[in-house]
Amino acid sequence: MTELEKIAAGAVELALKSGATGAECTISESAEFEVNVRMREIESLKEAASRGAGIRVLAGRRGGSSYTSDFSKDGIAKMVQAALDLAKITTEDPHAGLPEECGRFEGDLALYDPAVAAIETQWKIDQAVAAESSALAADPRVSNSKGASFESHLGTRVFANSLGFVGSYRHSSCGLAAQPVAAQNGSTERDYWYTSARAVAGLENPELVGRKAAERALRRLNPRKIATQRAPVVFEPRTARALLGELFDAVSGSSIYRHASFLTGKLGEKIASEALTVIDDATLPGLFGSSPFDDEGVPARRTVVIERGVLRNYLLNTYTARKLGMKTTGNASRGLSGNAGVGPGNFYIEAGSQTPEQIIGGLKAGLYVTELIGGNANTVTGDYSAGAAGLWIENGELAYPVSEITIAGNLERMLMDLQQAGSDLEFRSSIAAPTLLVGEMTISGH
Amino acid sequence: MPLSESFFASRFGLTERDLQNYLSDALSAGGDYADLYFEYLSTSSLSMDEGIVKSATQGVTLGVGVRVIAGERTGYAYSDDLSPEKIRKAARVAACIARGPASVIKTGFEESPRHNLYPMLRAPNETSLAGRVDLIQRADRAARAYDSRVFQVQAGYADSLRHVLVATSEGRLTFDRQPMARMSVTVLARQSGGQPQQGHSGGGGRVMLDFFLNEKTPEYFAREAARQAIVQLDAVEAPAGEMTVVLGPGWPGILLHEAVGHGLEADFNRKGVSAFAGRIGQQVASALCTVIDDGTIGSRRGSINMDDEGLATQRNVLIENGVLRGYLQDKLSSRLMRSAPTGSGRRESYQQIPMPRMTNTYMLAGESDPEEIIRSVPKGIYCANFGGGQVDITSGNFVFAASESYLIEGGRLTRPVRGATLIGNGPEALKYVSMVGNDLKLDEGLGVCSKEGQHVPVGVGIPTLKIDRMTVGGTAA
Repeated sequence: MTELEKIAAGAVELALKSGATGAECTISESAEFEVNVRMREIESLKEAASRGAGIRVLAGRRGGSSYTSDFSKDGIAKMVQAALDLAKITTEDPHAGLPEECGRFEGDLALYDPAVAAIETQWKIDQAVAAESSALAADPRVSNSKGASFESHLGTRVFANSLGFVGSYRHSSCGLAAQPVAAQNGSTERDYWYTSARAVAGLENPELVGRKAAERALRRLNPRKIATQRAPVVFEPRTARALLGELFDAVSGSSIYRHASFLTGKLGEKIASEALTVIDDATLPGLFGSSPFDDEGVPARRTVVIERGVLRNYLLNTYTARKLGMKTTGNASRGLSGNAGVGPGNFYIEAGSQTPEQIIGGLKAGLYVTELIGGNANTVTGDYSAGAAGLWIENGELAYPVSEITIAGNLERMLMDLQQAGSDLEFRSSIAAPTLLVGEMTISGH
Repeated sequence: MPLSESFFASRFGLTERDLQNYLSDALSAGGDYADLYFEYLSTSSLSMDEGIVKSATQGVTLGVGVRVIAGERTGYAYSDDLSPEKIRKAARVAACIARGPASVIKTGFEESPRHNLYPMLRAPNETSLAGRVDLIQRADRAARAYDSRVFQVQAGYADSLRHVLVATSEGRLTFDRQPMARMSVTVLARQSGGQPQQGHSGGGGRVMLDFFLNEKTPEYFAREAARQAIVQLDAVEAPAGEMTVVLGPGWPGILLHEAVGHGLEADFNRKGVSAFAGRIGQQVASALCTVIDDGTIGSRRGSINMDDEGLATQRNVLIENGVLRGYLQDKLSSRLMRSAPTGSGRRESYQQIPMPRMTNTYMLAGESDPEEIIRSVPKGIYCANFGGGQVDITSGNFVFAASESYLIEGGRLTRPVRGATLIGNGPEALKYVSMVGNDLKLDEGLGVCSKEGQHVPVGVGIPTLKIDRMTVGGTAA
């Protein structure tokens, strides 16, 4: 066992000795680096590390949780005692408990790249400067910048429970982003582009990141506000991803057992068009949503959530599975302590066959959404309304930028009305989607 | 109160000599300024779901952040261990931002003035847990008793007590003890066989536990959440397009937070990336609008005795009779812009670099009777409650999401409508304010503001407002 594994297992053992009937301990250790540059000069540089431990104890069917950053023997003992004391004030919950089975996914998930720890500070600064310079050099209208940044993170996650499970894994990530500002004729617009990966070699080159960010800001200049109407809406991957995030809440066991999702009781039913297949898979190597086990020590796996429009599975942790009379899908998620919630592995929409150009090319008129501002779905009713900006499609071409509009619909109907999923699926974060075409939504303008 | 009587001195033996040493280390490679932010945060949270107390969590985090400013550059490092070796190591990492001979720091500290906005012997975090469990049990019962159509209730209670100490290379020393408490209730209701609808309420502030016993009781929040859910059962599709919008008093003040507040934070203006950059002295709202950001209102969620850079908070006038008056400053921006500080430097924790942020942002009351405002609208929408909001600082476009609204037809509120996002442009939107009510109200105390990943508690408020033109993002086109 590693030092941290010993501490976690020790905390579990102490809890049992002190009267708990079950316990689970999480430890997280992380080191971060972040440099921000603006107008080619360093603006800020931050480097530090921290760690924390959390425990959840069970006294029969009552739970209590606590956390600390004090790893001394005394600190851990205090944390355990606090959780035991809290278990006295909670209520018996017949569904509370630990998972039936624990373990880890055995394949190599490529979550940690030693090169992330080895890269020089100067190289990271240079990457950010290069990305911003490339954006500023792209066009004379790119006259200002909100800056560019390079970040890297290294961490270790440890979990132990009273079923005898002890496990840990290291993870790394690095990312580069640029946020240029373009201006012309009194119109000022910003946009951003970024690249991130678990391995240094997975990053896009900074010139490309800067250029792409600049192109995105430039194409937003001098936007029009369009008339209120119903029209087809194309979500580019960045905004499609946000839409998929709303769907996650609707298939999460915690919404389902409370009847707080419009998908409650719809298992096995057709809830979306044939074009939609949604998968959750925490076993894809090198991706941000991958891990060998979830935050309850249950092995990572692949779950088909929606298969060609049919709702196949909810995403569950042990508790929500018990509430629903089902089995956990290994989607337990939590910070350091407390009852586990439900979180995504790599939650994504399977790519379709058409390119984004083909999808846009097939529309006489419609909205291509490149940014969503605010807006979230009401998971209970499926009602969806968000601020948007993007480009108006005319005769199969991106014609002119539009902004200060909203798009609205109901997720239940939008899912059925999903006409295309594009071929351009990329995993930039744990939730990923290709270009999506929704047949009709309400666009609010003037 | 001298340092020796402060939390960090009595708990961790921190002395002025220690602070001096750490700051010297921070400026060992030069630089114009350095500061230390010590934080000890204890939290408790309780939640109830399906009629049972399902979770109870307590914890402690502590650490120190070290910042060095050299010209426009900031170096930052932190440690979650308060041993001198670890703090000095963090100081030397932060020092790397400067390149030169060591800067000399002022010897000796002077305690800076601060407010006393939340005096209390015992913060909620320091009371017995049983009393706090009782609050969520009462909320659960009251929500269920409100209406037989209520079928799910989630009640939560969370509090925290934060001890902070700020010491600067300019010889300033300040410390504070910052309590916070908050209740929240979420309710689901449905007609038999119908679709469920949700209602949400909550509030609190830098208050003692008796606030929830005497002023805003669990029953008050529970009934409000249940009322909202029941109202939604009869809601029709929200309208789409530009129309007259009347905002009710209180939480709809999130309009100000998004439309103007963020755009007036000095960092964005110093860099020329805000839609409000260079517009001081210009008319950016109708003459009826005076907007204030005030961190000094007693017991409010958005109030603090001192900001997170150790300066006393202030009442700052942002817009006066429609004219833009000033920005919200932090140490770095006020220094670079040669502007007076406004006590607006805030951060989420010791792990974060401070930024200019809002506290309690509100509009002064006008003279119109709220009922008269509604009567003046032949056709429009009245928004009583909101969820969150967001703004694109550069274009100025902002949104806020209405969660409880009604159609106004012939000067009367008629039917409730379903949730919808409202969108506008910051420097333009408030020019269409044509009536301001005499009923200024601040929100209940639930607000969390997010900027560059850092969350801080804030407050908002408005009187009833009539905005002649705004885009409402419903589905009924």
